[in-house]
Amino acid sequence: MAQVVPAEHELRRVIGDGESIPDREVEGLGEADLLELHRSLVLLRTYDERSLVYHRQGRIGTYAIFWNHEAMQAGAVHALDDEDWIFPSYRESAIGLLRGMPASTVLSWWRGHPAGWWNPADYNVASICVPIATHVPHAAGLAWGKKLRGESACALVFFGDGATSEGSFHEGANFAAVMDAPLVLLCNNNQWAISTPLEAQTRAETLADKAVGYGMPGVRVDGADVLAVYEATREAVARARTGEGPTFVEAVTYRAAPHATADDPRAYIDLERVEEERKRECVGRYEAYLERLGVLEPEHAEAVRSEARELMRRGIAQAEAEPPPDSELLFAHAFVDPPASFGSDLDELRRILGDG
Amino acid sequence: MAELSIVEAINDAFHVELERDESVLVIGEDVGRAGGVFRATAGLRERFGPDRCVDTPLAEAGILGSAVGLCMAGFRPICEMQYDAFSYPCLDQLITHVGRYRWRTGGKMAFPLVVRMPYGGGVKAPELHDDSPETYYVHTPGVKVAIPSTPADAKGLLAAAIRDPDPVVVLEPKLHYRTLRGEVPEGEHVVPLGRARLVREGSDLTIVAYGSMVPVAEAAADELDASVEVLDVRTLKPLDEEALLASAAKTGRVVIVQEAPRTCGYAAELAAILAEKAILDLHGPVLRVTGYDVPYPYWQIEDAYMPSVERVADAARRLLEF
Repeated sequence: MAQVVPAEHELRRVIGDGESIPDREVEGLGEADLLELHRSLVLLRTYDERSLVYHRQGRIGTYAIFWNHEAMQAGAVHALDDEDWIFPSYRESAIGLLRGMPASTVLSWWRGHPAGWWNPADYNVASICVPIATHVPHAAGLAWGKKLRGESACALVFFGDGATSEGSFHEGANFAAVMDAPLVLLCNNNQWAISTPLEAQTRAETLADKAVGYGMPGVRVDGADVLAVYEATREAVARARTGEGPTFVEAVTYRAAPHATADDPRAYIDLERVEEERKRECVGRYEAYLERLGVLEPEHAEAVRSEARELMRRGIAQAEAEPPPDSELLFAHAFVDPPASFGSDLDELRRILGDG
Repeated sequence: MAELSIVEAINDAFHVELERDESVLVIGEDVGRAGGVFRATAGLRERFGPDRCVDTPLAEAGILGSAVGLCMAGFRPICEMQYDAFSYPCLDQLITHVGRYRWRTGGKMAFPLVVRMPYGGGVKAPELHDDSPETYYVHTPGVKVAIPSTPADAKGLLAAAIRDPDPVVVLEPKLHYRTLRGEVPEGEHVVPLGRARLVREGSDLTIVAYGSMVPVAEAAADELDASVEVLDVRTLKPLDEEALLASAAKTGRVVIVQEAPRTCGYAAELAAILAEKAILDLHGPVLRVTGYDVPYPYWQIEDAYMPSVERVADAARRLLEF
């Protein structure tokens, strides 16, 4: 049975500020792990910054920016094994890169091209969930299924603060708790649901408090501290694997970029606060930490950045080289066993398009 | 062959299919300890254990949403929605994910799940225990829909749905759950999806129906002084279009019966197909006998809502005299 415990209210931190707040170290994380985390952060940051440019150049469609969310994404994923499943929302669209998915796949997805399809079982990364919170029950079901099969894999689902207002969040969290499903509920509390601030979303003092109602632990971490997110997720994964059920991790940050390329936050956001957040953004904070530890050489950091930029150059080139999708793809995959009408629909479409 | 009621035939299908394939799970509200409020899943928990027939929290979107995840883990979940109108919260999952997920993976991942529910009125039940929601399901791309009208088809279509690689919704005529009995093949019995059943042959007029309206169509056919063909659609999607068009070509007169409200109902789809593909075979307009475009009423006036034998026979006479 999961224990009902009060949620942790203090934000957990590992990375200090180089002045009055001291750095901690995460037990068991060696230099190679620290640099691997850095590589992931840089990869995600580069992906995000380049995608914004590609959007402005008209090379990808509307894009959901995740600038300064890289720490919670990389920190959480590094606490998982490859057998564990990740259920991303659109804010974590590039999470597959951390599992070896080609950048061209994710870029194709944002280009609205079927080359953006992937088999979730190839990476143990579910499809990007566009509607809010409806993937939480999927993650609960997958985790429950793994437990039924006697496998040790668990699942981690990313969702935002606004998602906690949705019925699907409630149903998924409750299902996971009742089934003792090995699930980590990772809430990206960036305090904004497009233009709606957290105080218009809930009367709960913290989102982690909601965990108590489901009979699971709730933890709050600094969402821009990659090591704090890693450590909290690792503990949640350990609970999940020993049959203790789900954990709610609230990663607190502040959305310092627009919701998406179609959004202009100047109408509603606190610009001074944004400026402040941008100064303490998560990649720079982690690099400063590594430098204080003496782990990160400037040449190494530059090599990692250059590798990430090259990966994006190849990714966009590959995505743009995809031929226009054949109209057959409209019909090809809706059913394993399609109705007869699909054949005549396709024949008619090809006749009109003159390509058959 | 055993003579079973519809609900007994469904229960039989469950026993056979759970025995046959251990990836098949039954999940839903009250399906385990109670064996389902209509006893459709009776005995499964005892026979196959609480991990194969699972009492879930009371959450229809959670049931169908977790079934999506169970498919990803290699299971074939069968979700029970306790009543037709209680299934509406699951439409969120059905529309946003169940019907789309395979396409979204480029056909790489299948979602062989089943949603089944008792449907329809005439049972003197409280509000929202009487709906005919088939159109919502049929209208959702990526989902198949079957509605049996006999015990043998209830077993065979459920077995087909369970074995099908795509998501299938099965609506069961609760009015006839216990009142309609018939011969049901023992052991494995599969009625392929996409094939209509010719209930009786005739040459003057065709009455097309499905589910609880099939007995109404048959009774109307008995009353008419004409040679009436009755066609049971059985699978709404994929539709057995050949059987529909063959019957229309033969009789030239078609009356379609559905219990659901009229506008944009399944009868409208059948009528549109006849208009597109059979217009030169028709001797008169395609007529619909349906529920009215009103909320399903309280039970003291539900008889006035339900398509009756008299209304079907009246439509048929008008068409025969056209």
